[in-house]
Amino acid sequence: MTMHTLSVLVENKPGVLARVSGLFSRRGFNIGSLAVGETENPDVSRITIVVNAESSPLEQVTKQLNKLVNVIKIVELDPQVSVARELLLVKVRADRSARGQVLETVNLFRARVVDVAPDTLTVEATGTPDKLAALLRDLEVFGIKEMVQSGTVAIGRGSRSITASPALRAA
Amino acid sequence: MTRPTPETLANSARRARPAAEPPRDVDRPRPTATPTVPAVRTPFPAPAQVSGAGSLVRSLEALGVEVIFGIPGGSILPAYDPLYDSTVRHILVRHEQGAGHAATGYAQATGRVGVCIATSGPGATNLVTPIADANMDSVPLVAITGQVARPSIGTDAFQEADIQGITLPITKHNFLVQSAEELPRVLAEAFHLAATGRPGPVLVDIPKDVLQASTVFAWPPTLDLPGYRPTLHPHGKQIREAARLMAIARRPVLYVGGGVLKAGATDGLRRLAELTGIPVVTTLMARGAFPDSHPQHLGMTGMHGTVAAVYGLQKADLIIALGARFDDRVTGRLDSFAPDASVVHADIDPAEIGKNRHADVPIVGDARHVIDELVGAVTIEQSAGHRPDLDDWWSQLQDLRKRYPLGYDEPADGTLSPQYVLSRLGKIVGPEAVYVAGVGQHQMWASQFISYEKPRTWLNSGGLGTMGYAVPAAMGAKVGRPETVVWGIDGDGCFQMTSQELATCALEGIPVKIAVINNGNLGMVRQWQTLFYGERYSNTELGTHKHRIPDFVKLAEALGCVGLRCETAKDVDRTIEAAMSINDAPVVIDFVVGKDAMVWPMVAAGTSNDEIMFARGVRPVFDEDEA
Repeated sequence: MTMHTLSVLVENKPGVLARVSGLFSRRGFNIGSLAVGETENPDVSRITIVVNAESSPLEQVTKQLNKLVNVIKIVELDPQVSVARELLLVKVRADRSARGQVLETVNLFRARVVDVAPDTLTVEATGTPDKLAALLRDLEVFGIKEMVQSGTVAIGRGSRSITASPALRAA
Repeated sequence: MTRPTPETLANSARRARPAAEPPRDVDRPRPTATPTVPAVRTPFPAPAQVSGAGSLVRSLEALGVEVIFGIPGGSILPAYDPLYDSTVRHILVRHEQGAGHAATGYAQATGRVGVCIATSGPGATNLVTPIADANMDSVPLVAITGQVARPSIGTDAFQEADIQGITLPITKHNFLVQSAEELPRVLAEAFHLAATGRPGPVLVDIPKDVLQASTVFAWPPTLDLPGYRPTLHPHGKQIREAARLMAIARRPVLYVGGGVLKAGATDGLRRLAELTGIPVVTTLMARGAFPDSHPQHLGMTGMHGTVAAVYGLQKADLIIALGARFDDRVTGRLDSFAPDASVVHADIDPAEIGKNRHADVPIVGDARHVIDELVGAVTIEQSAGHRPDLDDWWSQLQDLRKRYPLGYDEPADGTLSPQYVLSRLGKIVGPEAVYVAGVGQHQMWASQFISYEKPRTWLNSGGLGTMGYAVPAAMGAKVGRPETVVWGIDGDGCFQMTSQELATCALEGIPVKIAVINNGNLGMVRQWQTLFYGERYSNTELGTHKHRIPDFVKLAEALGCVGLRCETAKDVDRTIEAAMSINDAPVVIDFVVGKDAMVWPMVAAGTSNDEIMFARGVRPVFDEDEA
């Protein structure tokens, strides 16, 4: 099984996310991560789904997704020619004695401190899932009080755009 | 009126018909996604100030809807007021499930979109079974439901049910209407989605306050479906590749599914079959797509298919699947299905191709276009001298046909044989009638022992296997084709699930005829208990024999129908003829048949098609077994 990243362009309408996510569970697929947001065209939302699957059942799910009336387009992003990022917010224990070391780790990963409390620092980081996992591993020694991660968002490299089709242009 | 419509508005049902109506062409071309103007109601009505309910009813009128089946209730009530004055006929059913199946029967018999309507909550949830049924059998159905008023949604209000959420997995698409202004567009989209591409059910849920709001009705609306573009025309390269394989195959079979009927491709199919000489098998959903009397027709394939048809697919070196989906009832155990066959799979739904069986040549397209183009491509191959010799293949198949024809033994206990009843029914009533079956043994016998010669003369619940389908679906079929004789064929179990719709038939002047094949049991379940559960008949006896509860003759009379009973072979013809002579009321015949008759041949669930049994304990002898 391998991880596949699907970019699903959908109509920006109520209930569309439920149709898409419901289809995955109905067909027996586990969604690894999911992120959704508007695109440059406010009528179109983009759902990025990371799914762990063999390629032939994945093809079946892609075809089923394509049958959803609100789904406009599906593109599987090749990791070689796309950029994938996640956002991490993590609250790390950092009292006076550890603070210096925490900040050093944060800087090393080019993360940012977004909130400071007497005994914690809240850190924001973006990156590939691998990079964020590495950051978390290094922060774990100080003690992680709370964390939240977004799903992966991904976009193809180069000047081509998957939203450049007539059906996707703003009315 | 001069405004062109941007998209097809499906279901152009109310075409102006000449006074003397010619025989209705039920095998009509399906509406396509290409832009056309609805041939209804010209000129289009001028924009007018109406309620949401008024807009709904006017939209239905503009879409050419001639009939809807339903039951009013609180949330949908505003719609029933303008409906009172509408040209749309509303048929008041006795249970919403009846409305849904009636709309399905109407759609399957006519090729038009069937419409049902119900209120929120229980009204809507009672539609769930027929919606799921239509989804499995790809029937163009529009279900309209009332919903509680928008401010009450999500508050567990009286008769609130999230029917959009509930029907998400069983509809082609569904809508929760957010404002009265949307109504014409949403309805036009619903009809378009239901009827085009792979047809299917579409639900439109309308909150009560949307029905009550004031709005402007303007027609035609502009459809906004950027993600919906069904592929109708097949790829030329794939067609040529399919024709090339057909020209070199030694043991080819045309595997014909319901998509051929839906596409109105039956004439083309016949041309293709006769041009190539390739044997044809039909699925349960495709009975009538190819004449049973045609010498190239091996019959129905699948769990209860003919030996020749099942063997034909199993031993084929090339399967040309047209509008069929390699359902488990056809393939048997998938990993041993047709091991030597290359597969050409043509379907309008790309997701069907390769879903169950790998397709060597995938063809996405409407069956009508696919078949027409195959005819052209095969003709080119043939003119180049590429014509396979199928004589050996045909002699094997003819031999099997001769040795293992469909048949049955007369019951040893002297009871009436259900197969005899159905063969006589088919002979006496003939191939012009529409036959509508429930689900179970009677359904299989009806598919086996009645000859279907024409498209849209066989309706049944294939995919979902919905007991209770027959009576309401027959009602809908009769409404759609009032000049045609419509026979429902039901079991005593099925019949008791929806017989209440006979009251609707009696009151609304819908003279269907229902043959109850009454064996006193849930017959198909009993057959499995006989074969697989050591004859332990747990909860399959219904008491319709032993106690005659209910008495179907009395029940029929109580529901305003004529009730007849037939218990012996010598009375069968007479009773059917008596029913045929009654045209001013629905008729029910209680055929009291033996309980031990079984459906044969049979491929037991989960086994390979190689294991087909011709009769109990009798396996067909195939050539290689003999060697």
